Amino acid sequence: MSTRLKVGWGVITVLVLVYALFPVLSIFATSFKLPSELNLGTFWPGTWTTSNYDQILTGSAKDLFLPALRNSIGISLIATFIAVVLATLAAYAIARLDFPGKRLILTTALGVSIFPVISIVTPLFNLWRSIGLYDTWLGLIIPYLSLTLPISIWTLAAFFRQIPWELEQAAQVDGATSWQAFRKAIVPLAAPGVFTTALIAFFIAWNDFVYGISLTSTSAARPVPAALAFFTGASQFEEPTGAIAAAAVVVTIPVVILVLLFQRQIVSGLTQGAVKG
Amino acid sequence: MSTTSSAAGVAQQQPASAGRGKGGRTKVARSERARDEARLGWLLAGPAFVVMLAVTVYPILQAIYDSLFSYRLTAPDDKAFNAGHNYVVVLSDPLFWQALGVTTFITVVTVVIELVLGFALALVMHRAVKSLRGVLRTAILVPYGIITVVSAFAWFYAFDINSGFVNHWFAWLPGIDENLNWFAHQGTSLFVIIASEVWKTTPFISLLLLAGLAQVPTELEEAAQVDGATWWQRLRRVLIPNMKAAIMVAVLFRALDAFRIFDNVFIMTNGANNTDVLSLLAYRTSIGRLEIGLGSAISVLLFLCVIGICFAAIKLFKVDLAGARGES
Repeated sequence: MSTRLKVGWGVITVLVLVYALFPVLSIFATSFKLPSELNLGTFWPGTWTTSNYDQILTGSAKDLFLPALRNSIGISLIATFIAVVLATLAAYAIARLDFPGKRLILTTALGVSIFPVISIVTPLFNLWRSIGLYDTWLGLIIPYLSLTLPISIWTLAAFFRQIPWELEQAAQVDGATSWQAFRKAIVPLAAPGVFTTALIAFFIAWNDFVYGISLTSTSAARPVPAALAFFTGASQFEEPTGAIAAAAVVVTIPVVILVLLFQRQIVSGLTQGAVKG
Repeated sequence: MSTTSSAAGVAQQQPASAGRGKGGRTKVARSERARDEARLGWLLAGPAFVVMLAVTVYPILQAIYDSLFSYRLTAPDDKAFNAGHNYVVVLSDPLFWQALGVTTFITVVTVVIELVLGFALALVMHRAVKSLRGVLRTAILVPYGIITVVSAFAWFYAFDINSGFVNHWFAWLPGIDENLNWFAHQGTSLFVIIASEVWKTTPFISLLLLAGLAQVPTELEEAAQVDGATWWQRLRRVLIPNMKAAIMVAVLFRALDAFRIFDNVFIMTNGANNTDVLSLLAYRTSIGRLEIGLGSAISVLLFLCVIGICFAAIKLFKVDLAGARGES
């Protein structure tokens, strides 16, 4: 590669990195600022402090943040688990069997994924209040399925279509029982797809905001994004900027690590589910 | 699983070879097996199907029903059928049209910017040498992994008149000085809202376009290059026409997504200074003010808008969603 080309690619890479990481860096920098430095208009903190992290993890705001973190993790994991189990069964049937209504199921998944969340939340708000699901984990897990299930079905169906199902027959010819053949030949091929789907579904549940602020009212079920939005300072004169920034960093780091670790799988999952179907 | 479904799986891979039974099976056996397969298929896929209907069809029907009543949770006993009066109230309210206008503006502007930016990023990822490709792809995925609320706060704090650094950094630009309050005016607020939306969602569009690029046969481009086409000509005459389906799908999906915008507007302005969007208006009406009837009417109208966008895309631009997604 010529030097000019090398420099060109170097510049492009730096530009892309700045574009992608700058807002993340900016909230990261804010989270380490002292309250007195928040309004100086500088990017990096003058003195780095962990007082904002102390405040949300062990200090005055821990009763706001820690339950929300627990709710977010629990609710998102359960919603992901249910969606992936249901979607695995459905995608298996779609990829493997020939039955009338396959297209209907895929079209329904597509329809559900473009559904405006706010159109679902108004009736649920009223119903959940009258049947006691308002401000409970189950009250969020159920509507989260409208976010996680459709994309899980599309992504998994795309993965499962690429599995050479003949392998199973070959294993049976070699003397394996049907269960052994399925477990030894198909499950290892399907597992990465199921895992990727779970990861994508988890991101989507973790990102939810509308259901979170509409269907909860206390720390009993309020997830992190909603808690961040309703965060108020220690006193009415203190802006909660530092605490919110610290909380934002805490909920972002695990997700960014997951993205870094599994970027290859996520890209293939997202694009196959969306483009190749 | 049984051998029955294995055979079905094989047959399904070649949809052209009509029907199930291979060899000399009788018609009766074939239809029986088809019935078994249909039963198993629905047994496996049914639960997912039922759940999807339950979490969307039921609420929208309920919303349509509620939208026909004068119904406030502050006075639940006064619930009374008012035969579409809610729609008259909403549609004659300038606030609704203002929110519709702002929503449409945000949708159009973000989709246009994201299409250009996403395409540029996709081209960069497509062309990059192997050693850079991983880094670029990982970096581009970071915004995708960040929750919208966090991204909204990051952008809000950067531009905020108190805690922001943007005013200090860009004070040399005309129109920007240390006292510029971005969130006190409609135009500047929308600028930041759109910037955060673009930052957060461009990775998605760019990955879709990257997949589209990968499907363009390299011979086509090479042939054009041999014929002496410039880079720009190759882009316009070879690449773009060959990935039209991927572009259309990406645009439609992003448009539908942008039309539901809520999180960043809620965090940054909460609808102040004429930055209200439809989702926020619906939220404030039903959950904020407990006007279930009116809120449901706005929800139904938002739903109709989304259907309208889909319909227009399919009719006008001939987007074959299922086809472009490879479903046959």
